[in-house]
Amino acid sequence: MNRMQQSVESTQAIAASDAIAVERTLAGDRDAYRVLVERHSHNVFRLAYRMTRNRHDAEEVVQEAFLRGYQKLGQFAARSNFGTWVYRIAANYAIDRMRQRQKEEARREAPRAEDRDGMENDPLSRVPDGAPTPERLTQSIELRKQMEQALAALSDAERTAFVMRHWEGCGIEEIAGVLKSSSNATKNTVFRAVQKLRRALEPVVETRAQARAMGTES
Amino acid sequence: MKHMTEEELIAYREGVAEQPAVVSGHLAVCEECRGELERIEAVLAALDTLPVPEPGADYGRQVWRDIAPRLAEKPGRWWQVWMEPRRLAAAGAVVALIIAAFAVGRITKRGSTGDNVANKEQVRERVLVVAVGGHLGRSEMMLMELSNAGPKDSTQKQVNISAEQRRAEDLLEENRLYRQTAVQEGDAGIASVLDELERVLLDVAHSPEEVTPAQLEAIQNKIAGRGILFKVRVVNKELQQRQEARKPAPAQNESTRREGNKV
Repeated sequence: MNRMQQSVESTQAIAASDAIAVERTLAGDRDAYRVLVERHSHNVFRLAYRMTRNRHDAEEVVQEAFLRGYQKLGQFAARSNFGTWVYRIAANYAIDRMRQRQKEEARREAPRAEDRDGMENDPLSRVPDGAPTPERLTQSIELRKQMEQALAALSDAERTAFVMRHWEGCGIEEIAGVLKSSSNATKNTVFRAVQKLRRALEPVVETRAQARAMGTES
Repeated sequence: MKHMTEEELIAYREGVAEQPAVVSGHLAVCEECRGELERIEAVLAALDTLPVPEPGADYGRQVWRDIAPRLAEKPGRWWQVWMEPRRLAAAGAVVALIIAAFAVGRITKRGSTGDNVANKEQVRERVLVVAVGGHLGRSEMMLMELSNAGPKDSTQKQVNISAEQRRAEDLLEENRLYRQTAVQEGDAGIASVLDELERVLLDVAHSPEEVTPAQLEAIQNKIAGRGILFKVRVVNKELQQRQEARKPAPAQNESTRREGNKV
C-alpha cells in the first residue's frame, strides 16, 4: 500500500470516527465531543495562528470555534467532514477577530507582541545556512517584519484565501464557502493575495538572494 | 511565443489553474516563464519560513479543559439558530408579508366574483415583489445616507458610521432570505442584484464603527464603483411597475370579464 493510499484511508477512518463522535454528542454524550476537540485542536490552531499572526488570538479562535461548533452541531449532521466544518467556523471567527484587532490597534498604536519577541521567532534564524552574523540577523529581522507587514496589508478575504489555499491546502469550494463568494471570485482573491505579496516582497527577497550569491552574507 | 500571464502562473503554482497541463507544457519550452515562476516561488518560499508556534502535545486536552465548563448539556439543534433575535426578526418580517400578501390575494379573489385566477404562483410572486421592493427601498436609503456622510469639518478625524453598520447587518439577514427566494423562484435578475447588494452590505457591516474621512471615502467609492444604488433603483422601479401591472383597473376589468363570461 503506498503512502497516498494510507493517507486517504486514514483520513476516511478519521472522518468515520468523527461522524460517530458527532452522533454520540448529539445524543447527549457530551464527552464524545472531547474526542473531536482533542483530535482537531492542533490543526485549527495552525490555521488560526496563520490568519491572526498572534498566539493569544489564535488560542481564542480555537476555543470559540469548538464552542460554536458544539452549539451548531445539529446543523452539521450528514455533512461531509467535521474537521473541514470546524475549520470553516474557525476561519470565519478568525476574520471577525482580525477586524476587532484592527479596530483595537487603530485606537492604541502600541508595539506588537511579535515585534518585541521578533528574534525568538525569526524564521530565517531557523534556516541552516551559516552562523547568524549581526548583518544577517538584522536582514532576517527586517525580512520577517516586511513579510508580517505584507500579510497584514492584505485584505481579510485575501489573507484568508491565501492562508487556506497556500498553507492549509484547502479546496477552492471550501474557501469560497468561508468567504461567501463564488469559486471564480475566490480564485481571483488567491491570485490578488499572491500578487500583492510578490509586489511587496520580491525586491527584498531578490536583494537577499543576490547578497548570498555574492558572499556578502555568511 | 505567447507567454503565460502572472495570473496563470500563480494559479498554476497554487494548484488552481484551469488547464495545468497547458501551463506545464509551456514551461517546459519557455525559459522566460520558468524564470517568472521561480521568482514567484522564491517569494512564497520566504513566506513559508514564517514560523507557527507549536502549542504542545497536551494542547487538545487543554482546549477541552477550557471549554468544557462552558458547554451546555446538549448541543444546539438546527432550529435553534432560527431562534436568534436577528433571524427571528427577519423571518418575522417575511412571514408578516406572506400573510399580508395572502390576505390581499383573498380580498382580490372575493372581489372578482368567482374568478379563480388568483393562483398560488401569483400570490408568491406578489410576496416577492412587495417584500423585495420594501427591502430595496430600505437598503437604498441606508446606502444614500452612507454615501452622503462625511466629517462635519476638516478638523474631524473620525466619522461614526455605527448606525449604518447596524442597519446593514439587519438588512444582510433579510437580503439573504430574499436572494435565496429569488433564486428558488427563478428570478435571476432580482437574485443577481440582491447578490451584489449583499456584497456591499457585507462590506458596510464589517467596516470599523469609526472610520477616517479617507476610509469613508473609500467605502463611498466602492458603493459608487459598483453602481449598486443605480441598480437597486432600477430593480425597485421595475418591481413597482410589475405591481402596477398586476393591479386590475377595477371598472374596466369587471366589465371586460363580464363580457368574457358572456362569450
